[in-house]
Amino acid sequence: MSDLNPQRRSFLKTTLGAAAVAIAPGMLLIDMAHGKAEAASGKVRWGMLIDTAQCKEGCTDCVNACNKENGLSGGTKATDPQWIRKIAIKDVSTGRVQSLPMMCQHCEQPPCVDVCPTQASFKRADGIVLVDRHRCIGCRYCMMACPYKARSFVHEPLENQNPDVPRGKGTVEACNLCVGRIDNGQTTACAEACPNKAILFGDLNDMNSEIAIKIRSVASAQVRADLQLNTGIRYQGL
Amino acid sequence: MKLLVSLLLCLCIPAAWAAETSAPKLDIGMGGKCVKDAQWMRKNHMHLLKHQRDETVRKGIRSDQDSLKNCVECHASTKDGSVIARDDSFCVGCHRYAAVHIDCFECHASKRKAALVKKEAP
Amino acid sequence: MVDLSALRSKNRLYYVLLAAGGLVALGGMYAVHMMESHGHIISGMNNQIVWGIPHVFAIFLIVAASGVLNVASIGSVFGKAVYKARAPLASLLSVAMLSGGLAVLMLDLGRPDRIMVAATNYNITSVFAWNIVLYSGMFSLVVIYLWTMMERRMNPFNKAAGLAVFVWRFVLTTGTGLIFAFLTARQAYGSALLPPMFIVLSFAWGLAVFHVVQRVIYAWNEKSLDPAIQQRTRNLLGVFVIGSLYMVATYHMTNLYFAHKSGFENFILVSGGIYPNLFWWGYIVLGNLLPLLLIYTPGLGKTKCVVAASSLVILGAFALLYVFIIGGQAYPLNIFPGYEVSSSFGDGQIASYQPSLYEFLLGFGGLAIAFIITTVSVRVLNFMPQDKPYIAD
Repeated sequence: MSDLNPQRRSFLKTTLGAAAVAIAPGMLLIDMAHGKAEAASGKVRWGMLIDTAQCKEGCTDCVNACNKENGLSGGTKATDPQWIRKIAIKDVSTGRVQSLPMMCQHCEQPPCVDVCPTQASFKRADGIVLVDRHRCIGCRYCMMACPYKARSFVHEPLENQNPDVPRGKGTVEACNLCVGRIDNGQTTACAEACPNKAILFGDLNDMNSEIAIKIRSVASAQVRADLQLNTGIRYQGL
Repeated sequence: MKLLVSLLLCLCIPAAWAAETSAPKLDIGMGGKCVKDAQWMRKNHMHLLKHQRDETVRKGIRSDQDSLKNCVECHASTKDGSVIARDDSFCVGCHRYAAVHIDCFECHASKRKAALVKKEAP
Repeated sequence: MVDLSALRSKNRLYYVLLAAGGLVALGGMYAVHMMESHGHIISGMNNQIVWGIPHVFAIFLIVAASGVLNVASIGSVFGKAVYKARAPLASLLSVAMLSGGLAVLMLDLGRPDRIMVAATNYNITSVFAWNIVLYSGMFSLVVIYLWTMMERRMNPFNKAAGLAVFVWRFVLTTGTGLIFAFLTARQAYGSALLPPMFIVLSFAWGLAVFHVVQRVIYAWNEKSLDPAIQQRTRNLLGVFVIGSLYMVATYHMTNLYFAHKSGFENFILVSGGIYPNLFWWGYIVLGNLLPLLLIYTPGLGKTKCVVAASSLVILGAFALLYVFIIGGQAYPLNIFPGYEVSSSFGDGQIASYQPSLYEFLLGFGGLAIAFIITTVSVRVLNFMPQDKPYIAD
């Protein structure tokens, strides 16, 4: 074997080298300017405030925007992943009907992170709860543990994923708060798409941010607040 | 001992011959100047990718330079925009030759973004 | 004069049995291959019922693997000679069922090829991760325990190994119960009663499996079990069945008392279609009342009755686990207490589940692995219980 390797190497070197020399001139060099070099900050806590009074019944603009952004099929079979869904709720005692979007609540104490055997479920420094698909073994324990049924399992092989949102068969996934957009300084796709501006995205920790000011001034609630998970998604008018 | 050495050498001849004829000819896409020289990349690209993947996914550090997406942007074939579609595609050609399974593209896009967008347009 | 032709036909039968086991295991492998290439879409599991038939089989095997060691513990920890003679067989069954159960559990993963990740990235807060240690530790401990029994020079360590196994299996079944006990948000789970319930269930299921296997081995070797021993182990099964019935009843009673869980109990016990049927007919009647009748009715309780009772207990175990695991997920998660909800993701609806053939193939594959390990080991090593003519205790 010892005399095989150098041969193979030199062969590869010459062929590839020649090819590179032939093609390189005139080709664009790698642009090193863009990209974000610093890590997510622990001083920030990303979250959203959802005004249920502004959320129109039957409107699914946020769901469609999410599907487009993240390359989901938009199917609603029991085996299709849904990162965000519209829930219609009716108060049993008063009959009051409301409509609201439900997705990963990005808890401060996420049960999915507690139960994940491989630390594939994790909370980023800025409060976003994510699945590291490189580590996910597909045991689905997080789906059992999530109080919001926010997670989906990818049941089928996928093709032509969005290059910015890798996802694949055999792993669990959920709303990632459009983490790639956030790192780019943008807002989430659902907040951007809402025609009534019912979804307000921002930094809960920044006292001067719009979301923090609004949470201080209006009544808002966490879903299943009794579990004391301190969710990053808050609902107004619930 | 002599017998053993000569036997081993005999075995090497077809191996070397096979290596030379079946060595992969790769479609390197746009190519150009890589982040490191080609020989270094051949040996170490997986370490760069793995390091970058953990930094990006878990910490949010998104320097584009070492990202898989960036690899695909340059090295996807100019014909079909993919790094795995054909036998001589950039990733598959070498990996098949080295008999190393690539897991990346079960989740990651194997085509450059422009190719995907073009496909969606008509 | 030994009848050689009879021996030969028996030999043939052995290989036929082994081949049959191998075929079923192969079926399991086929199911794994199909699930690997097509994804879990070919199973009946979905985003509402995330754990299905494979988990019913796996949890039965793992719980029974822990419970069957009870036979060994009564021998080596509490010093009863009748049980001590059965400790090797019990340990073998434990190892066999643990292997089968773990194989099913691992091969059902979305990415079984990444199982090494579970060892390299360990999350100390995850009860699943604890169980990885508990299962592998149990496996090695029982193998060591077997070694101290079967190798004369290791005999002095037998008592210590027996004690270690005794403690470990309690912790292990606690861990299995905790998988569900830690799910606070789900009405069906999230109860501190689950770990002790699983421990008592494991006693009954393990002993039932032991009875069946022991009967087969005795019949194969054309020996008959001492009626006194038969009666003792039979009565023990009766006590364990009553104990497990008590635990299950307590679990449902406590749920009934909490107003926010009464809807779930109504679903499981009355209105849920297949689930109450399986619970009352499958678990209560077939899995408990009938076995108790077979055990305690005067005049019954002979060998055939004990085997029948044990088989029914095993059947009941599957019924209970189906109701517990799948019924528990089918009942909608209560995200907005006090509200009627509906959505595209099955909120507020009873989830439907149609188990697919592949899931059963995988589950039976696990049973086949346990079967193969047992039959081969019983053939090559001496696991036949050696009873002394006089029993002191």
